[in-house]
Amino acid sequence: MVLRPTVRMHLRSRPIWPTAHSTSHMKAHVMADIVVEQGRAVRTASKRKRTSLRNAMGRKSTVAFFLTLPLILLIALLVLYPAVYSVHLATLNKSMQRFVGFGNFTFLFNRDTFWMVVKQSCIFAVTAVFFKALMGFIVAHFVHNIPAKGQRKWRGMLLVPWVIPPAMSTLAWLWLFDPSYSAFNYTLSFFGIGPINWLGDTSWARFSVILVNVWYGAPFFMIMYLAALKSVPDQLYEAAAIDGANWWQKIWFITLPMMRNIIAITTLFSLIVTFANFDIVRILTSGGPLDRTHLFATWAFKVGIEGSDIPLGASVSLFMVPILAIAAIFILRDVNKRGNEA
Amino acid sequence: MADVTLRKVIKRYDDVEAVRGIDLDIADHEFIVLVGPSGCGKSTTLRMIAGLEDISDGDIMIGGDVVNDVPPKDRDIAMVFQNYALYPHMTVAENMSFGLRLKHYPKAEINARVTEAARLLDITDLINRKPKQLSGGQRQRVAMGRAIVRNPKVFLFDEPLSNLDAKLRVQMRIEIKKVHQKVRTTTVYVTHDQVEAMTLADRVVVMNKGRIEQIGTPNELYHKPATRFVAGFIGSPAMNFIPCRLEDSGGKLQIRLADRIAFALPPARAVRYNALPRTENLLLGLRPEHLTESNAHLEPGVESFDTVLDVTEPMGMETLVYFGLEGTPVCGRVNPNAGAKDGAPMRLAMDLNNMHLLNEATGVVL
Repeated sequence: MVLRPTVRMHLRSRPIWPTAHSTSHMKAHVMADIVVEQGRAVRTASKRKRTSLRNAMGRKSTVAFFLTLPLILLIALLVLYPAVYSVHLATLNKSMQRFVGFGNFTFLFNRDTFWMVVKQSCIFAVTAVFFKALMGFIVAHFVHNIPAKGQRKWRGMLLVPWVIPPAMSTLAWLWLFDPSYSAFNYTLSFFGIGPINWLGDTSWARFSVILVNVWYGAPFFMIMYLAALKSVPDQLYEAAAIDGANWWQKIWFITLPMMRNIIAITTLFSLIVTFANFDIVRILTSGGPLDRTHLFATWAFKVGIEGSDIPLGASVSLFMVPILAIAAIFILRDVNKRGNEA
Repeated sequence: MADVTLRKVIKRYDDVEAVRGIDLDIADHEFIVLVGPSGCGKSTTLRMIAGLEDISDGDIMIGGDVVNDVPPKDRDIAMVFQNYALYPHMTVAENMSFGLRLKHYPKAEINARVTEAARLLDITDLINRKPKQLSGGQRQRVAMGRAIVRNPKVFLFDEPLSNLDAKLRVQMRIEIKKVHQKVRTTTVYVTHDQVEAMTLADRVVVMNKGRIEQIGTPNELYHKPATRFVAGFIGSPAMNFIPCRLEDSGGKLQIRLADRIAFALPPARAVRYNALPRTENLLLGLRPEHLTESNAHLEPGVESFDTVLDVTEPMGMETLVYFGLEGTPVCGRVNPNAGAKDGAPMRLAMDLNNMHLLNEATGVVL
């Protein structure tokens, strides 16, 4: 407040120098913003006549735009440009010399392997996300019921799978799945089971990649659901208990509806990430056996990088966009609808 | 509908006893209010009746059956919570019918009961709204509606009005009383507000530090408090406690408040207090309304004295006057036309017919 007269004087004393104006004006504007709730004096200050440039510089939206500009540039550089570039790539022929339009896509649509990858990606993503959410939900309930004193420790330990870089932890799983001398088959041998060819048999290989993905992703759901559980007021459960609900009815009628938004959002994000998973499958099976564990990302890598057909690889990976967009629309629409309630 | 009985109910948390042996008989149709300062164990007692807290010792009976180990859902009670605890994802009708739906009542029966309760509480128009779209008072009504449709044996209210603003609180207080007059369900109501307790209750239970201080009708508690705690807790502004002693003076029993102030006791009081030792430290308990402006015709037992007022608070229908008596702050209520002014001298009258005498050490009203 004390500084404002000085700023005004400053503005008046050098009226022909626009840069000084805008900067000094910005200072004044920031000050005005800070004290805006305190008194009328500020309003009179903002009534001062301004040039349109000064006006534009002073507007909150302009300031906001400049403040977010670094991030916008970063996103444009690292997300927008590659996305547009991959669309461009997908329209070229293998040697990237000739424009083929939808040629790559029609080629893909006629290949059985492509449709198998589509099917596998869907099975992989849906099953893995479902079990991640289920495991996360169950474990979150257990952790929620641990007395507050020991809870931190358990939360920390249960998050470990999620914080280890998946490429590294998947290597450990690779050894665990080794058919001849792994811990799994060794243990199972005591019960007269196996040996199981974890990564060599098509069904077991699919099971294994899903298992590792669930192991890696469940802690994220656990921590999100734990936060959601903690935000449900205890009194709702007490009211439900008095209304005659048993534990299952409390979960069905209170917990799940109260967590609906967080379930929808975590499912959406996990669906996207899981659908685009690369590292786990790449390390465990490289898409084998017989391409039966390939996902979009791994198969795009195979045809694009290993098969030296970059445009085809780009086409494969682009195919994820419409599928995920549809899922996102459905899930987020529900979130918006529900958002008005609580 | 049923009576509720508590027998030596104790609640221990680790080493702390929150409730230290409560004995209480609540008759069928009765409206009982548990009142006391925060931490006195009143909410814990209510939650034990509800079954939301285990009891550490003793017995709780509802309708003659011991319910110590019966879960809340099987106790046939309904509870209204301080923050209403409405299910935010359900409409008003769904909130109210939730308990009935869980018990698989026929749809027509549920509809009839919800409609009836909504009509009783004047929330028929809100039946399809979500709790978020309701004001505090409306939520309060829905919470009560949820209790009413169940038609339970006992209503339990846990400070239901403390989230409302002062004006609405008065309005809902009357509303609750009306509802109880209509449905006549046995009610246990917890509050820290003594006005709520006095206005709603058939009988008030004053609790302090996990024990019952006194049980009685509002008038009994006001006019015949058993302890200093009850005397000071019930009534606003609170009762004055003035250190005093009994003296014999010329064959009469008199009460000495200060070196210069001593009053002869009215005959009835003199007989009652005559056996007390003269050396004991006592407290004179006098409600502010028994300290009024003096006038020419003093009734027997009313004694006048001069003082200098510290502060006056004009309330409109009366003026509260504050002054010191030998260092003890005292409050009186005078007529607004009596000319009470800050810092001015004033002649006041003390109605000893309505006095209480307390033992300073034990706090017992003698």
